[in-house]
Amino acid sequence: MPETPELLERKPHEDIAPGYTFGSVTDQIASVVLTKRTPFFWFASFGVGFSLLLLLLLSMALLFGKGVGIWGIRTPVMWGFAITNFVWWIGIGHAGTLISAILLLLNQRWRNSINRFAEAMTLFAVACAGMFPLLHMGRPWLFFWLFPYPNTMGVQPQFRSPLVWDVFAVSTYATVSALFWFVGLVPDLGTLRDRTQNKVGRLIYGVLSLGWRGSAKHWSIYETASLLLAGLATPLVLSVHTVVSFDFTIAIVPGWHSTFFPPYFVAGAIYSGFAMVLVLAIPLRKVYGLEGLITDRHLENSAKVMLATGLIVAYSYIMELFGAWFGGDVYEWGAFWHRMAGPYAQQYWMLVTCNIILPQALWIRKIRTNPVTLFIWSMIVLVGMWLERFVIIVSSLAQDFVTSSWGIFSPTRWDWFTFFGTVGLFLFLFFIFVRLLPMISIFEVRTLLPQAKAKEEQG
Amino acid sequence: MNDSSEKLDLAAVRAKLQGAHGREYWRSLEDLAATPEFQELMEREFPRQSIGWSEDEDPVKGRRNFLKLMSASLALAGLSACTRQPTEFITPYIRQPEDLIPGRPLFYATSTTLNGVATGVLAESHEGRPTKIEGNPEHAASLGACSAFSQASVLGLYDPDRMTTVNYAGETRSWGMFFGALREALTAQKSKNGAGIRILTETITSPTMADQFKRIRQMYPGLKWHQWEPAGPHGARAGAQMAFGQPVNTYYDFSAANVIVSLDSDFLASGPASLRYARQFAAKRRVRGDKTEMNRLYVVEPMPTPTGSKADHRLALRAADIEVFAGALSTAIGVGKGPRSGDNNDVYKWLDPIGKDLASNKGASLIIAGECQPPSVHAFAHAMNAALGNVGKTVFYTDPIEAEPVDQLASLLDLVKDLDAGQVDLLLILGGNPAYNAPVELGLRDRFAKARVAAHLSLYDNETSRACQWRLPEAHFLEAWGDARGFDGSVALQQPLIQPLYGGKAASEVLQMLTDHPEMASRDIVRAYWAGQHSGADFETWWRRSLHDGFIANSALPVKTPALHGESIVAPARAPKLNGLEVIFRPDPAVYDGRFANNGWLQEFPRPITKITWDNAAILSPATAHQLGLDSANRPSGVNIVGKMLELTYQGRTLRAPAWIQPGHADGAITLHLGYGRTRAGRSGTGIGFNAFGLRTGQAMWHDTGLQAKALSDSYEFATPSIDHTLDPRRHIFRAADIEDYRKDPNFAHEGTEDPPPGLTIYPEWKYPGYAWGMAIDLTACMGCGACVVACQAENNIAVVGKDQVRRGRSMQWLRVDSYYSGDPANPGIVNQPVPCMQCENAPCELVCPVQATNHSSEGLNDMVYNRCVGTRYCSNNCPYKVRRFNFYLFSDYETPSLKLLNNPDVTVRSRGVMEKCTYCVQRINAAKIDSEKEGRKVRDGEIQTACQATCPTEAIIFGNVNDPESRVSKMKAEKLNYGMLAELNTRPRTTYLAELRNPNSGIED
Repeated sequence: MPETPELLERKPHEDIAPGYTFGSVTDQIASVVLTKRTPFFWFASFGVGFSLLLLLLLSMALLFGKGVGIWGIRTPVMWGFAITNFVWWIGIGHAGTLISAILLLLNQRWRNSINRFAEAMTLFAVACAGMFPLLHMGRPWLFFWLFPYPNTMGVQPQFRSPLVWDVFAVSTYATVSALFWFVGLVPDLGTLRDRTQNKVGRLIYGVLSLGWRGSAKHWSIYETASLLLAGLATPLVLSVHTVVSFDFTIAIVPGWHSTFFPPYFVAGAIYSGFAMVLVLAIPLRKVYGLEGLITDRHLENSAKVMLATGLIVAYSYIMELFGAWFGGDVYEWGAFWHRMAGPYAQQYWMLVTCNIILPQALWIRKIRTNPVTLFIWSMIVLVGMWLERFVIIVSSLAQDFVTSSWGIFSPTRWDWFTFFGTVGLFLFLFFIFVRLLPMISIFEVRTLLPQAKAKEEQG
Repeated sequence: MNDSSEKLDLAAVRAKLQGAHGREYWRSLEDLAATPEFQELMEREFPRQSIGWSEDEDPVKGRRNFLKLMSASLALAGLSACTRQPTEFITPYIRQPEDLIPGRPLFYATSTTLNGVATGVLAESHEGRPTKIEGNPEHAASLGACSAFSQASVLGLYDPDRMTTVNYAGETRSWGMFFGALREALTAQKSKNGAGIRILTETITSPTMADQFKRIRQMYPGLKWHQWEPAGPHGARAGAQMAFGQPVNTYYDFSAANVIVSLDSDFLASGPASLRYARQFAAKRRVRGDKTEMNRLYVVEPMPTPTGSKADHRLALRAADIEVFAGALSTAIGVGKGPRSGDNNDVYKWLDPIGKDLASNKGASLIIAGECQPPSVHAFAHAMNAALGNVGKTVFYTDPIEAEPVDQLASLLDLVKDLDAGQVDLLLILGGNPAYNAPVELGLRDRFAKARVAAHLSLYDNETSRACQWRLPEAHFLEAWGDARGFDGSVALQQPLIQPLYGGKAASEVLQMLTDHPEMASRDIVRAYWAGQHSGADFETWWRRSLHDGFIANSALPVKTPALHGESIVAPARAPKLNGLEVIFRPDPAVYDGRFANNGWLQEFPRPITKITWDNAAILSPATAHQLGLDSANRPSGVNIVGKMLELTYQGRTLRAPAWIQPGHADGAITLHLGYGRTRAGRSGTGIGFNAFGLRTGQAMWHDTGLQAKALSDSYEFATPSIDHTLDPRRHIFRAADIEDYRKDPNFAHEGTEDPPPGLTIYPEWKYPGYAWGMAIDLTACMGCGACVVACQAENNIAVVGKDQVRRGRSMQWLRVDSYYSGDPANPGIVNQPVPCMQCENAPCELVCPVQATNHSSEGLNDMVYNRCVGTRYCSNNCPYKVRRFNFYLFSDYETPSLKLLNNPDVTVRSRGVMEKCTYCVQRINAAKIDSEKEGRKVRDGEIQTACQATCPTEAIIFGNVNDPESRVSKMKAEKLNYGMLAELNTRPRTTYLAELRNPNSGIED
């Protein structure tokens, strides 16, 4: 808890508000977990998440009982919401690893106050994303056939298929992210173990903290491990979405078959990932009074990343169009023409508005630094990025080569329920995390304190 | 311990034998058997897996292990006993039927009838259950082809909604009780000479039943026999009367016709000889190599039909204008003296060029009037054919094929009169559904109640059964014996393949109940009749021969040349003044007059050109729609077609129906297809569409003016698997040209595209040392009738998904026929393109399947492994042709007992979550390969016919081995017209197309 009102004064360009001490940082962050009083905000958010999770379970029960026919997919649009959601969630998952790994390697220390929950967000987003490839299968009970395992039939997955690459890319990403996150948690788990008054809590935190004592040896090992994991995770940030974009680029479908999807998709992923970071951070820091730790500088930096990646995305849209026109291929141009003026024109122009036009307001500093406007803008970007995936997937499939087979996809209520259900799952997991684990890395934030710097300089 | 290398398994023995060559093989079996390895092999059942019995044999896997494993097996055996296994009986044949080898189908010749006229078919029987209908190549009306109706008739046989028991006023009875009631009624009639007996049938051509009627009439002279066929050739019958003063049967020879004028005749796709006509027509149109002569077809019709889509010049006229056109054309060729100009300039614009074309092809031209046209049009056609010298060359006349050619409407009116007068004591309705499909003003449904005893023999408990006390289950044509005449009068025999599933009886058996030998079975009735007819010595041999062929040889009626009553044919001065719109009634291309309403295959069969399924509509032209304020302008492509509801008023009766805007339809007219709006059809057919019979009166059976249409505010979503019909010519999908252009530039089909050179892919080329299957589809021949679609459905156990799922874009047909329009929407060019799987050489689908469920076979097919498919649907997304179909739900029916009999045992029934697609009928390929391997030869060209190919009336689809340069398919692919759809994608499709050619008259400016 901030001890003096001055702490609440916002000073941008600071990674941490002045006045914090090692002790107060630990107190404030640990108290969110160790307090007996859970704020109403937590119950409300968790409640929403849990209700939507129940909706997901209902949708899944029906889905497994009856088949993917409950969704709006059809010939020719065989992929609809499921793959849209998959790509969207995976994209969101990118920000966490980017923040924790790449920014760590780049020595961007401001990341220290947001990396923990951003990583958690990554994990949960990947969990949501990972459900969809399974859910969207016609016979989900045979999902393990996508893995290479020894079997009596002597059949292996087909390694030419991008879906198999996806399996490896996503599962690797999920594993490394989980490891990285957990390793980063160990010192803080030790702190919680030492501070909790609850016996059960002490036992659990004790087990999870793996005997952390904070010795120099521990710290040394920890630093090495986290650096190595960061090194491992860094290429993954780029590779996962690259591989996901291969699902489309490898295919022959006009509107998919394009060489610049990998960078375009990675930029889009970071774009939506940072939007999600902001959507989570802004209410959390307000409710838990963490403005001193997640400062306006964090918000502004995130907004800047959004602006930059948003411009890359905008450039991609324009190049995509230019390529279609310049290439002179009747199918490719047809796909883009239908995108702009066909049955999905509304969604297309909405996505252009959400992803290109409105985010230009982030050039304005007032919008960038005002948490309320930034929250709204982040939501806009999230919607825009979801629409982008929807438009790429659905509009390209709806009208491809043979005119007679064209047909449009319109979602059923079960499409929506499944989507919102995973939002519920995400919120559910995230708020459990907020309640049970330190959402901000205590020990890393402490390194941001001037006291820590002073010691370093002295040393 | 035995070293495993010392052991020898079967594979090793074989390998050893293969390694040897020539006489070094082995000198004797004993020689081989003497080796210790072989001895060992013989002693053990499972050489590798088996466990040694004694310790010294295998110290690790010794007796102890054996006991362990045994006890585990016993424990597991106990587990498996926890679920009760269903009792199954395996009954072997005590006496195996002759020729029957389990697993091999047998084919029997039989025949199917529509409107009473027979077409020969072969029925495929798997261990006693008919599963598929093929054409009978030896029957003149079939020539090996088959219509969609015949294809779907096996589903009709197993329809779970068929009438299953004799029923009296809602209670189950037996045939014996009906027979008792019938005898009672007949006894009462004895004294009245049968004056109270009425028999109402559909059109009957059967010589056996004609004979039965003759004998029954001798017993009951007062008995009246009425016939009613709602979609029968009423106009043709009356037209013959008008032209010749006598009923005649007309048939044509299109193989001798260079110029054909169709006056609203869909001769390629409907009518009793359409299969034959289509084959002859297509043969006369086929351009191969240096042969570039084509016939020329002019079609004048209101509603686009498959025939219209093949026209070199198609004129869309209202049905009433066709009479004017016929009159004017007859004047143009010097037969009539009618006017040659009038209000509607469209009617007269092509008269001179058509007249000239006909005049220069005397004796080799043909004018054919549609069955729905009024008598005068038929009379004009007769007169013009006579004047052009076509009679005896392209047009032939015989005596009528109907057992009793009567004016059926008059016959029905007579029955109504008698019913009203209370003179009908016993009314036997054999087949048909007159309560539903008789002219609406007769109100037959209520009038049947006036008969003292009314009985209805029918496949279904339908609207008519509802109005009768006795409901009698009829035997399906695959369950009963019979005979019927074909288009030329030749007699086709009908033999059953299965015992009646529900104890039904044939119409002839019920008729027989009226005679002195009431309990004869249909087989005996037919046989006894023909025994009486056969004059030769050895009846048994002759009869067996006829049954084997499916028809009685040389039984066609003799051709005659009736004298023309020229003076009775007068051209109408001008078209009747339009009073509102014209209403046109036509039988539905799929459910016909409603008789196939409960057949899911036909309901889901996309109608030619419109591609409507599960519905009928008020079909009208874009201009007429505009007048009614129905503009469909802003429908984005791909969105389901939604029609505004119309309120149609005609002669005081109203009907609500959704509007369907059809390019190429005549302006000022609305076409209504009959057969929908059934109230008692069964689970598939009840309550869908709207009942056009509700507007159809005896005065205007096919068309009339005086229809008022009002657009309502509510709208209706159609179920059409194919929504968009306009084609950007830059998309390399469909190629067409005029024959003149082809003569100038035979390579036109390859213009504007580049077939990529081989080797553009990083994957190595496929090698096909044996066969390499391929298909070529001649677009000049295809007229889009869609028989192939139903044939494919029947052959490959394709599920029916229902109207709602079709709306959701999930129809399962592996083969589709796309229709595209070009040019002016008022009178567009219409083209048809069947699209099966292309079996691409560089298949995009194969590459993306994560579990290798779709693979390239050693013979070039893209095999789909259903068992391996997990349903990611990526293959379908990546298929540029969109030929893959996905089981979004469990679409296949695993429950209904009767439908289990329907399935082709050689084809997997697909379950939920699995992708499927055209396989080139791989089961047929393999059957032929097994046969050929047994006989030590290669598969012969033409030995394998895919289901679509076999049924195609125009031989548009040719399948075969492309490794053999002499095969038909290779020769087709060598034509310059041959092109691959979307070939520039480098998919290298195996199914290729021959570009469509047309032969327009240079004297006509379109």
